[in-house]
Amino acid sequence: MARMTMIEAIRDAHDVAMSADERVVVYGEDVGFFGGVFRCTAGLQAKYGKSRCFDAPINEGGIVGTAIGMAAYGLKPVIEIQFADYVYPAFDQIVSEAARLRHRSNADFTCPIVIRMPAGGGIFGGQTHSQSPEGLFTHVSGLKVVVPSNPRDAKGLLLAAIADPDPVIFLEPKRLYNGPFDGHHDKPIVSWKKHPLGDVPEGDAIVPLGKASVYREGGDVTVLAYGTMVFVAEAAAEATGVDAEIIDLRTLLPLDLDAITASVRKTGRCVIVHEATRTSGFGAELMALVQENCFYHLETPIIRVTGWDTPYPHAQEWEYFPGPVRVGAALKKVMED
Amino acid sequence: MSSETRPLSLNVPEPGCRPGDTPDFSEFEIPKAGSVARPEVGVDPDDIRDMAFSIVRVLNKEGEAVGDWAGLLTPDELREGLRHMLTLRTFDARMLNAQRQGKTSFYMQHLGEEAVSCAFGRALEPGDMNFPTYRQAGLLIARDYPLVTMMNQIYSNAEDPLHGRQMPIMYSSREHGFFSISGNLGTQFVQSVGWAMASAISGDTKIAAGWIGDGSTAESDFHAAMVFASTYDAPVVLNIVNNQWAISTFQGIARGGVGTFAARGHGFGIASIRVDGNDYLAVHAVAKWAAERARSGHGPTLIEHVTYRAGGHSTSDDPAAYRSQNEAAAWPMGDPVDRLKRHLIRIGEWTDERHTQAEAEILDMVMTAQKKAEAIGTLATGKHPSPRDMFEGVYETMPPHLVRQRQEAGY
Repeated sequence: MARMTMIEAIRDAHDVAMSADERVVVYGEDVGFFGGVFRCTAGLQAKYGKSRCFDAPINEGGIVGTAIGMAAYGLKPVIEIQFADYVYPAFDQIVSEAARLRHRSNADFTCPIVIRMPAGGGIFGGQTHSQSPEGLFTHVSGLKVVVPSNPRDAKGLLLAAIADPDPVIFLEPKRLYNGPFDGHHDKPIVSWKKHPLGDVPEGDAIVPLGKASVYREGGDVTVLAYGTMVFVAEAAAEATGVDAEIIDLRTLLPLDLDAITASVRKTGRCVIVHEATRTSGFGAELMALVQENCFYHLETPIIRVTGWDTPYPHAQEWEYFPGPVRVGAALKKVMED
Repeated sequence: MSSETRPLSLNVPEPGCRPGDTPDFSEFEIPKAGSVARPEVGVDPDDIRDMAFSIVRVLNKEGEAVGDWAGLLTPDELREGLRHMLTLRTFDARMLNAQRQGKTSFYMQHLGEEAVSCAFGRALEPGDMNFPTYRQAGLLIARDYPLVTMMNQIYSNAEDPLHGRQMPIMYSSREHGFFSISGNLGTQFVQSVGWAMASAISGDTKIAAGWIGDGSTAESDFHAAMVFASTYDAPVVLNIVNNQWAISTFQGIARGGVGTFAARGHGFGIASIRVDGNDYLAVHAVAKWAAERARSGHGPTLIEHVTYRAGGHSTSDDPAAYRSQNEAAAWPMGDPVDRLKRHLIRIGEWTDERHTQAEAEILDMVMTAQKKAEAIGTLATGKHPSPRDMFEGVYETMPPHLVRQRQEAGY
């Protein structure tokens, strides 16, 4: 066990996977010599050589497209899109190719790739350094979509994603790279090195895909969250005194529906929280599933607390970001309804 | 604004001839067969820049094989090439007819382009991988992929290797070096570069071949493929099949005609060659050259196959609505089957009688395969893949939500 930040945990997962399997190759913009703009691949090129970890041209469609070809050959590419906001030029390759290859070829060719991308706001990133595009990927059959919230899960889930035989979209909340963040932007952040979830097991410590974790047990209301919102929800529960059960979904597709229904059937109330914009966001799918599976257990309507249906602003960061005040208000509302 | 400045106008290129016009290819420059020298495979791309503006041709008007690029194939191999092209042409005619009879929903033929994929298919080694478009079935035929299996895919019957999931002609065969075809244009071009990079990363000796049409060179993935192939010196042969037409759009809309498609390789430092796509010997010789270049670590080659799409774009297309009906006949580089046949007769290795007999035998073989496939089923009749197959293979292991949906659908 070693104390790590999320960045170090992600780097460690690469290291473990590359060391165990020479088919694992790592590339993306600034990923090689420099070690990534967020340092997630630092030292890998020096350790494994330029043919295993290298810099790529600035062409997201090319990065994903070549990775699909490499996977068809038999490698396991783990590629980086520098910000999730810049994944759109690769959308055709992800949706039309990576996601469909196994199905359309009847497994004659498969696509075991991992596409990592820093996502989420709360960093004054403005329109193109803050987006949470997970809902665009959960709508695509054939993809898996993962969002870790802490170093231990980040390492374990990334190792599981690399081992997975199908394409995985791995969204890393960059606001959580150095320490947990609960939305209290006026308070100094504490490093993961001082947080129990910064304890990361050594070696091949996989956290399975498709399994949620109960981050905080509670009896009043179920909060469905992932990424940064896990800590925002925790702060909101503590501030309001509402005994919220916080489910960290970890994998959005395939979703751990059993964990969700078990919790909502117990509490009878549900609040869904995500940074992404509301309309047709992943929260809408969660809401529909809770309604379909827990209708007779619900005491009150399900509430969503999300980013507004606007592009992510710069100056209005904290009016946009669904912080503990907005989440707390939702918790109180479901308890009072 | 100065008084001399006139209003701007938009340039929208137009083809030389439209329905009702007389085709005119008089300005289309065709070098004499044998006039382009064959460089060493390790040549510096800068030293062969002129090859992107000329056309490698082997067969002359008299049917003789001339110049540096001649002499690679034995008479047996040439007869085999002729058989492959005739098989593809016959297969196309039967499947076109089957679509008209409602036995399948869709088909795309190769009429006039048979030499490109049939000759190229004989130039790669087992283990190499093509990333084809929907108009290179000759790669499968030249590698003896079973015609019945191709038809089973076209008919989406119970023996369709893709279990009815794909539209007709979107074949896939790893074993035959034929990557799964996608409907999305251009995507495979950059994937072929990735496959080649993987071979290099693994210290392998296999190479990849990417394929794209003239129209699809306008897609972003064309540019991505070129920059990645060049940056990493990937062992890949990048093929542009310039058949002059992208559905109804003439190649000028993809900005062909200013320079050449091959010349686009120059900006990336990629060795670039134009070849007569209706000359089986030339396509094969250039493919061999580029494959050897890639395999010996000299990097990528861009090949522009200059040909003409003699048939409709697909069974859903009527070319009479946008081009002259006489244009295919006027195409100055002729027909690939006729030209190879003429060559074989010229060298005393073929006769008109043997040709007629071969055509009859091939028709019989294709019809026998067709009967076998239709006995299993067509889109309209017979045995089909199970609806259960629709849910399989989305992921290696079916996740719970798909299991629930499969059960909901009743399978």
